[in-house]
Amino acid sequence: MTLPILLFFVFAGIAVGGALSLIFAREPIHSALALILVMVALAVLYLLMGAGFISAVQIIVYAGAIMVLFVFVIMLLNAGVENRTQHSIMARWLGIPLAVFLIGDLAYWMARGAHALPLAERSGSLAAGPVSTQDLSLHLFQSYLFPFEITSILILIAVLGAVVLARREP
Amino acid sequence: MNGIPLSYFLVLSAILFGLGVLGFIFKRNIITIFMCIELMLNAVNLAFIAFSRALGQFDGLVFVFFVIVVAAAEAAVGLAIVLLISRNRRSLNIENVDEMKS
Repeated sequence: MTLPILLFFVFAGIAVGGALSLIFAREPIHSALALILVMVALAVLYLLMGAGFISAVQIIVYAGAIMVLFVFVIMLLNAGVENRTQHSIMARWLGIPLAVFLIGDLAYWMARGAHALPLAERSGSLAAGPVSTQDLSLHLFQSYLFPFEITSILILIAVLGAVVLARREP
Repeated sequence: MNGIPLSYFLVLSAILFGLGVLGFIFKRNIITIFMCIELMLNAVNLAFIAFSRALGQFDGLVFVFFVIVVAAAEAAVGLAIVLLISRNRRSLNIENVDEMKS
């Protein structure tokens, strides 16, 4: 087993463990910390794939900005322990098999999808060499310039919407 | 690169997405449900990057940028709505928010 595959399994394990503890934690703040763990583990996996710039964006924007917003709101609202509903009998006996089936089915079809690629990539390994940030930015600002500009309008609308929604009524 | 098969990343992405769906269904706290949505977006980003690297194209990487931007906008608006709900209901339990249930 080579070092990259070992690293993949270590950080994939951390990501799945973080996702599980996100679901099973009862305090929202514990869920938020688990989600930050998942995002950092995914950033390492992006680095393993050679996408260094996206890895940095993942850390700065996701684990930094968005999760700080979540933690801020959790602290602001003083969110306590979550109430559990009374589990119905059907949920207990049918829920876990259906959950396992959902994840297994998704994983099966995604693995099948890897084999549906063109013949040259059928061997399955990812392309060699890291992505150069220069190529990425040329692509973003030439081929995708119009969507990029639309995105700025989307952000503007989101900021206005958040301000209007959270404003206290006079 | 480095000889990690593409399907490993895709299966990891599927597992994370499935866990996000399960959390979305099972959790009762509005903020945690939002976090499960973020988990699903992250899983999709992983699949985007893996496919993009396998095909040697940049479109998947550019899409990841847009997904991150939309996630940021969605988190801002969504958390404002959560703030409003908790101010009106004094509770974050999703079962107290049921006006649209006829």
